[in-house]
Amino acid sequence: MTALLAVRGVTKRFGGLLAVDSVDLDVAPGEIVGVIGPNGAGKTTLFNCLSGLETPTSGEIRFRGERLAGRPDRFTRAGLARTFQNIRLFPNMTAFENVLVGRHCRTSVGLASAIGRGPRFRREEKESYERARELLVFVGLGPAGGELAKNLSYGDQRRLEISRALATEPGLLLLDEPRAGMNPQETRSAADLVRRIRETGVSVAVIEHDMRFIFGLCDRVAVLVQGRKLVEGTPAEVQADPRVVEAYLGAPAG
Amino acid sequence: MRARVRGRIRTGGRATALALTGAVTLILAAFSPWATFAGFPGKMSLGGFAGGARLFALALGVAAMVIVFDVRGRRQTGLSVGLGSLAVVGVNVVAIAGEGGALGGVAWGAWLALAGAGAIAAGAFLLPTDRPPGEEWRQLPAPIEASAMATGLLAVLGLVVWGLRIEESSRFISFLVFVGFASVSLHHLGLFDWMSSLFTRRVRLAMVLTAAVAIAFPFTQEGNSYWIRVFASIGVFAVAAIGLNVVVGLAGLLDLGYVAFFGVGAYVGALFADATLTTVHVHLPFLLVILLGGTIAAVFGLVIGAPTLRLRGDYLAIVTLGFGEIFRITANNWDGLTGGPNGISGVPDLAIGSVNLGEAHTVFGVSLPGFANYYFVELLLLAAAILVFTRLDDSRIGRAWVAIREDELAAAASGVDTVRLKLMAFAIGAFLAGAAGTVNAHVTSQVSPDSYTFLESILLVAAVVLGGMGTVRGALLGSAALFIIPEKLRAFQDKRLLLFGIALILMMRLRPEGMAPSRRRQRELREEAPEGVAGATGAPPGRPVAP
Repeated sequence: MTALLAVRGVTKRFGGLLAVDSVDLDVAPGEIVGVIGPNGAGKTTLFNCLSGLETPTSGEIRFRGERLAGRPDRFTRAGLARTFQNIRLFPNMTAFENVLVGRHCRTSVGLASAIGRGPRFRREEKESYERARELLVFVGLGPAGGELAKNLSYGDQRRLEISRALATEPGLLLLDEPRAGMNPQETRSAADLVRRIRETGVSVAVIEHDMRFIFGLCDRVAVLVQGRKLVEGTPAEVQADPRVVEAYLGAPAG
Repeated sequence: MRARVRGRIRTGGRATALALTGAVTLILAAFSPWATFAGFPGKMSLGGFAGGARLFALALGVAAMVIVFDVRGRRQTGLSVGLGSLAVVGVNVVAIAGEGGALGGVAWGAWLALAGAGAIAAGAFLLPTDRPPGEEWRQLPAPIEASAMATGLLAVLGLVVWGLRIEESSRFISFLVFVGFASVSLHHLGLFDWMSSLFTRRVRLAMVLTAAVAIAFPFTQEGNSYWIRVFASIGVFAVAAIGLNVVVGLAGLLDLGYVAFFGVGAYVGALFADATLTTVHVHLPFLLVILLGGTIAAVFGLVIGAPTLRLRGDYLAIVTLGFGEIFRITANNWDGLTGGPNGISGVPDLAIGSVNLGEAHTVFGVSLPGFANYYFVELLLLAAAILVFTRLDDSRIGRAWVAIREDELAAAASGVDTVRLKLMAFAIGAFLAGAAGTVNAHVTSQVSPDSYTFLESILLVAAVVLGGMGTVRGALLGSAALFIIPEKLRAFQDKRLLLFGIALILMMRLRPEGMAPSRRRQRELREEAPEGVAGATGAPPGRPVAP
């Protein structure tokens, strides 16, 4: 099996704090991988390293065999897209425009072509518009394209962020707590959305605190505790592992 | 007659009656003497005709009649007409009292007008709240819409020409107040919404008509070059403001040293025009020089941008401010190239081919002073700048700029190469300013370092903010306002900056989105605005409404 994403020994140190401690993680094509762990375990920092927002202190990240480093847009161009724990949309752009921004790295016309409106510009714009419309429909925001992003409901904002990430045509989508603040019904539709994303051939890595959500959705789950990967395995294996229970609830007395 | 009027009154009968009484009073007062002494502009001491600023009161009085009808935005319209007439009368009472020594100079007509205006405002205030405006503008047949657009633009041209002919400060202020409140009234009646929907729906026609009106302007000046000259300067300033709008309005990078790019262009223009007092005696064709000026300014933009664009917000503003000063001080001291504090003077008139732009021409029997040629060159440059701005705004590049303004980190994570795009914004902005600068060297026929002070940068930012960030209309309106009003109010020359400051503060308090904001920005700053307006006025979802 060739891994889509291969993380080897990634370490991130903030001064004296070891946020991520030589973590290895593989994601195979078409897989849904969960990352769980108590607060402050370094899950989001790991995702930040995977999306280029933080530079790891050491270790390497390979995506489709190619080593990734540098600014976040290079990671996105390579095929790693993400959403944020505390939704980060472009609040004063419409939903449609938000998705179009995601198309930026898959389009290439420059200044001259944009000013001259040549055939290539028109073709690219048309494709982007069509793709953006499809994606809005895909996440269930079809009619809301003209709304400003900030006027959308919380759940819709989450879905918009996902469609913006999908617009970058990722191979792997990183979701940071996609169901935070959602009610049970929205959670179900979020899980359903993640499955549908996988069906389109995109792998998904997801951070979540909701165990039922994670164990019901993921093929494999990695548990991070204090920056280290404690356990990795199928949901059943992870649930049965006493170390996971201990990490969450503390060691049994005595 | 009376019964018919009464039949129309459906709600707020007493309030309507009060406002109506006020309107009639105001109309009568407009024909009465306002000053007890002769010599006040507009023969205000004589009754029987509505001379001087009384004409504005008359117009507002007639306009107040609209309150009788059950039109949309009735209360708001009535209120702005009422407050507008209060302001017009108030300005004149103050002016008359100032000239006539004391309140003894104010005649009974003015007090009557004040009472009438007050009654209109009070009556409108007491009316029931307006229904929320619906989207009730239907499409009309093309010829009707086209002639409505033409009429609107001609009205604007007429107002501008009329306003420019007004000599006295007090009457000009009355005019401004009148136009301001009349615009607000028309806005509440929904006319502006309709107009802007027409102009966005029929973009081609709008462009042709606007260009025609702009070209027509010099022909209205009867061979007098004064205002044509001012308008040519406005054109230069507006091109620079549009460039700054790319940087500030779209990409959200506050540049407080922007005038330096304008200066670079001006020096390039002066150096390659074989001016009388310069050390460089090279004369290149102007079309080449304008591109050269823009390009050199863009290179400066890149050089300044590369190290500074990692900074955000206030820090970027401070650093760009510093670079602006560095440019000015360098120009002031590099005697060999820039002529030091004397600058470069004697920049010759532009010559394109064999046509010397400094000469007067007669077209269609109307004599056009030499400056009209510069005005036309400015129009061309402005059209080019508008084209660049609107097309970039509606492209992947413009969307990426706005995304950076909104959330730089999220933009980067969405695959936008933020460094590259910020540099691009800086370079495009600098290019436009540089191109405008080269023309300006010819318009003013000299360049000197003290034209490119920090204050000029601030004025450019003020033009963009006053007019409305992120739109062409905003940059144009802002530039025009910042040029025409000081020219008109020469009496307040030494208090000019104070007035700007007050105007900016009032603007930020009352209308933070600027005079002509982009819809996106208007909704951004006005939470209570009805939702879904942009979608309903015919713009496809997601497309920014083009100015």
